[in-house]
Amino acid sequence: MLLSVVTLPVSATDEETAAAIKQEYGERVPTPGRVTLTLPPIAESGNSVPLTLAIESPMSEDDRVLRASIFANRNPRPLIATAIFGPKCGRPAFSTNIRLNGTQDVIGIAQMSDLSLWSAQVRVLVTVGACDALQLRY
Amino acid sequence: MKRTGPRGLADLGLCMLVAAAWPAAIVSSQTPRSGYTYLSEATRQLQDDDFANPGMLWVDKGLRLWTQAAGSAAQSCQSCHGQARESMRSVAARYPAYSPAIGHVINLEQQINRCRVLRLKVSALSYESEDLLALTAFISHQAKGLPMQVRIDGPAASSFARGKTFFYRRRGQFNLSCANCHEQHVGSRLHGELITQGQINGFPIYRELWQTMGSTHRMFTWCNQAVRAEPYTPGSQIYVDLELFERWRGQSLPIEAPAVRR
Amino acid sequence: MPNSRIKVPKNAKAGDNIEIRAMIMHPMENGYNFDTQGTTIPVHIITDFVCTYDGAEVVRIQLQPGLSANPYFSFFLTATQSGPVDFTWTDQDGTITKNSATLLVT
Repeated sequence: MLLSVVTLPVSATDEETAAAIKQEYGERVPTPGRVTLTLPPIAESGNSVPLTLAIESPMSEDDRVLRASIFANRNPRPLIATAIFGPKCGRPAFSTNIRLNGTQDVIGIAQMSDLSLWSAQVRVLVTVGACDALQLRY
Repeated sequence: MKRTGPRGLADLGLCMLVAAAWPAAIVSSQTPRSGYTYLSEATRQLQDDDFANPGMLWVDKGLRLWTQAAGSAAQSCQSCHGQARESMRSVAARYPAYSPAIGHVINLEQQINRCRVLRLKVSALSYESEDLLALTAFISHQAKGLPMQVRIDGPAASSFARGKTFFYRRRGQFNLSCANCHEQHVGSRLHGELITQGQINGFPIYRELWQTMGSTHRMFTWCNQAVRAEPYTPGSQIYVDLELFERWRGQSLPIEAPAVRR
Repeated sequence: MPNSRIKVPKNAKAGDNIEIRAMIMHPMENGYNFDTQGTTIPVHIITDFVCTYDGAEVVRIQLQPGLSANPYFSFFLTATQSGPVDFTWTDQDGTITKNSATLLVT
C-alpha cells in the first residue's frame, strides 16, 4: 500500500492551550507573577531554543513550589515539560532546550504548596520552526 | 554588432581567459569565514559550552570506543595509538589525505575503517552510523583549534581538481552549483536562513535540523537534495574529493569539532 | 544503553544550592518526521528523568515530545551530606539509563 499517512503538526489554538493547562493544573486561574521565563527574543532554529524557568519561593517546609510546567501555545502539543521539585531542591529553577513550531508565546505555570498558580508568558520569534522543515532522513 | 575576424577571436580569447580566471578570483578574494560567525548568540553559546554541546555526547562515545578492545585480536585503538590527546592531536587537520597504500585520497572516516579492518580485524563501520560518527567526532575534537591544512599537490592533485570541478558545476532541477550560493550569495537569505560560506571546519557537526550528529557527506547529500539533484552515496570518492577541496578552501580556519549548526 | 553526561561539582558547603547538569543521547522523535520512503517515524521519547540525592528526590521531570533531542537539564540541589547523586532516565519503552556522581559536602 503506497499511500502513507503523514501526521501533520497542526498548531494548537488558544482554547487548546488553555485546555492543556486545565488538564495539568485544574480549574484555578493562574496569576501572572513570581515566575520568570528566560528565552532568546529571536530563535534562529525552532529545533533547539534554550529556556530557563525560575520561580520566587522561600522553599521552606510549608511554602514551596510543588511543580512547574512549560507550555507553548502554537506547538501541536502545548505541554512541553513538567518539573516536580523534590525535598532536595532549594532553588526552584531549571533550564532546558525546547522545540518551537514557529513564532509563539511560551507560558510557564508554577503550582505552590498552597495550590495557588502563578504564570509568566514570553513571546519568541522563531525564524525556522521545528515542524516547518519536515525532516527527511537525508 | 558585426565583428571582424581577428577582433572577434581576441574577444573570444578574452572571454575564455576571464571565464577561466573567474572561479579562482572568487575563491581567493573571499576570506574564509567559519559557519560559527553566522550563528545566533544562543547557538554560539551552545557550541562553546563544553558540557551542553550535544556533539560532546558523541565525543564521549568516541572515547569509549577508542579504549574498547574489539575483534579477534582483542586490541583497541588505544593499544597502538595510546592516548588520543597526544597521538591524534593534528590528525584531523590533514585529512582528507592521499593514502599510498590504497592509491587515492581518503578521508578520516575511511582511515578509521581501514585501521579497524586491517589492525583490529573487525568489520568496517557503515557511513553515518553512530559509532563511526562518534569516532570521527572524537578524533576531530583532538585537533580542535588547529587550522585545517590539507595537501592538494602531488598525488592529491587529481582528487582536488575533481572536487573543485564539482563545487563549480551546476546541478539539479534548480541548476545551482555550490558556488552560486556559497560564494556569490553569501550573506543573502534563503527562506529566512542566512547563506554562509559553507565551510566544513566544524565537522562532524551537531545539526539542529537533524537533531543529531552528521558528517560532511551527509551535508553534501542534503545540499544536493536541496537543489533537487540526485545525491551521491556517502563515502563515495567524489564526495571525498569535494571534502578535500572544501578543506583547502577553508584552510586556516580552526577546527571546531564538534560544532553546532542550525 | 544510551550515552549520558552529568556534571556535579566535586564539593560543596552544607546548605549551598549547587547547579547540576545532565544530558542524554536520545532522538526524542516527535512523530512528525518521516524517512526517505515516506513512512512516519513514530513518537519515541524519554518520558521521565529523576535526580535523587541523600535519600530524596531533587527534581523529577516529565518529558514530552516538545523538548529538543538529546534532552538537557540544569537544576539546583541543596547540599546536605556527602554521598552519591543519582540520575535515572526512563524511555517510553521502559529502558532505564542510570548515571551517578559523588558529591563531597564539607
